[in-house]
Amino acid sequence: MKPYNNKAWWLVLPVFVLVAFSAIIPMMTVVNYSVQDIFDPSTRYFVGTEWYREILSDPRLHDSLVRQFIYSFCVLAIEIPLGIIVALSMPRRGLGVPVSLILLALPLLVPWNVVGTIWQIIGREDIGLYGSLLNGLGVDYNYASSPRDAWITVLIMDVWHWTSLVALLCYSGLRSIPDVYYQAARIDRASSWAVFRYIQLPKLKNVLLIAVMLRFMDSFMIYTEPFVLTGGGPGTATTFLSQTLTQMALGQFDLGRAAAFSLIYFLIILLVTWVFYTAMTHNDDKG
Amino acid sequence: MAEIRLAQLAHSYQDNPSAAEDYALRRMEHVWEQGGAYALLGPSGCGKSTLLNIMSGLLAPSEGEVLFDGKVVNALSPQQRNIAQVFQFPVVYDTMTVFDNLAFPLRNQGKPKATVEARVREVAAALEIEPLLTRKARNLTADEKQKVSMGRGLVRDDVAAILFDEPLTVIDPQLKWRLRRKLKEIHQRFNVTMVYVTHDQLEAATFADKIAVMYGGQIVQFGTPRELFEMPRHTFVGYFIGSPGMNLLDLEIVAGRAHCHGNELALPEAWHARLAAQENARLQLGIRPEFVELVPADSATLTGRIDLIQDQGSFKIVDVALTADPSQLIKVRVDEYKSLGEETVGLHLPEAWMRFYANDLLLEMSDEAV
Repeated sequence: MKPYNNKAWWLVLPVFVLVAFSAIIPMMTVVNYSVQDIFDPSTRYFVGTEWYREILSDPRLHDSLVRQFIYSFCVLAIEIPLGIIVALSMPRRGLGVPVSLILLALPLLVPWNVVGTIWQIIGREDIGLYGSLLNGLGVDYNYASSPRDAWITVLIMDVWHWTSLVALLCYSGLRSIPDVYYQAARIDRASSWAVFRYIQLPKLKNVLLIAVMLRFMDSFMIYTEPFVLTGGGPGTATTFLSQTLTQMALGQFDLGRAAAFSLIYFLIILLVTWVFYTAMTHNDDKG
Repeated sequence: MAEIRLAQLAHSYQDNPSAAEDYALRRMEHVWEQGGAYALLGPSGCGKSTLLNIMSGLLAPSEGEVLFDGKVVNALSPQQRNIAQVFQFPVVYDTMTVFDNLAFPLRNQGKPKATVEARVREVAAALEIEPLLTRKARNLTADEKQKVSMGRGLVRDDVAAILFDEPLTVIDPQLKWRLRRKLKEIHQRFNVTMVYVTHDQLEAATFADKIAVMYGGQIVQFGTPRELFEMPRHTFVGYFIGSPGMNLLDLEIVAGRAHCHGNELALPEAWHARLAAQENARLQLGIRPEFVELVPADSATLTGRIDLIQDQGSFKIVDVALTADPSQLIKVRVDEYKSLGEETVGLHLPEAWMRFYANDLLLEMSDEAV
């Protein structure tokens, strides 16, 4: 028998420590909060699942959740196809390649609150570049008073900010397709749609999976842009989950309820991401 | 179905080619006849794939014309030329089943369902991939994928020609042999022009009726395997075809007569005169190892010392270093049972199998002159 010892555990230890401090301990603290009612450090009561029951039946959160799902759905429905189209129309060689890569990378370098501020100013109906232009053209546009306009502005902001990411991911995926596939398709007399459907799209599947998950998680946690634009308004039109949560945790200092909410929020993201992942990969082993 | 003619064809990957070296394909004139089984044989980088891609239309030639049945097709895409090509590495449509892969070229042409079904079954049967038809192409092994790739090339029965670009590279040797037979059968059954690119002479000879040998961007000889073996028109063909290749010995002209390493060659006068007339060219004598005879040293003018014996199973290849110039080796193929006693041997070169080259090109003599 080979001599063995358990020294290797020491090598894994740093990772355990890191994960413990970055994820497990904070999360367990939240779990701890979510089952207690805390008045001050010495006055706390165990309340079991009460916060959870309250959260799950809170209409304010229901509204916010529905709004959030609609928003994320819109983001994916616009950014994924648009990103693919942009990637398909990018040049494959020559000077156009670095130029378009840099142009696409630019929005990704802008911080969230700056994006919010930029669009807040551009969209203003009195002095904003495109706000005043629209109004000058006779379109009644005002994000501060119209929920529809606020929604559109927040969506446009996200599309402007993040479509590049999808496009860059898809572009890298397209670049990895060997020329011989396109040659074979020409020999087989495939139409451009067939080339896209049977060569490009299958090869893009893995990067699209990453793009969908990243964009879903990110858009599901959107906070800064609507906050900077209208503070979640008009009314609660652009108040999404993370803003509701922040109001609860910091505005009202309702820790127990906010903790229960956070955990449910976390589980929703985990669940939806898992559903996406499974749906997009379940065909791999069949056949 | 078509005859493919290459007229004054040349290709360079550079924008302004000037020297001959700038050309991947040098100016050539060539005809692939309708219904032939051809091989395009040559070492890596000799322009085989370039030529193939020009014929299929994936690449536009920089000079000259490609004609299908007399019609210039330079400006036509592969789709319009209706040509099939099988690539070196398998290309399959991952998300489709094997059946859909094979049906793809037919469906793109809008063929009726019954025709598609029948053709796919026929080709699948020929390639022995019927059991795979319902499987997803992604999960196949490399050689199964390559069979599917080949199947897609064979499935259309109206193509001008089928071009193969070293299609059996990824296939293991046993299967390689069977697939080559299959291709040959399919060729006989469908009577379609096939051009098969390879760097393996055995593969070329078993598949093709006629072989075009390419070297340095040119077709240096186009002939049957037997012609390539017996009458190489270029020293490269002599060297490349046969294993081992042709022996090439430098000749010098002394007082109007051809000498090889100090020995005058036993040749008719007409040959001496013909060679002497080419005195300024680089003259070489070529003879295949199969035709050199080993004789006792005292009965021959050309002698040498046995340097190395390679046992090839049913025969031996003997390297003989010439006495006059030990750096010059002559390979001789001898039967397995022949004993090789002495170290020093004589070499007899039968006149009928001697070939002469001036600057690498075969010198010929019309029958009357000999």
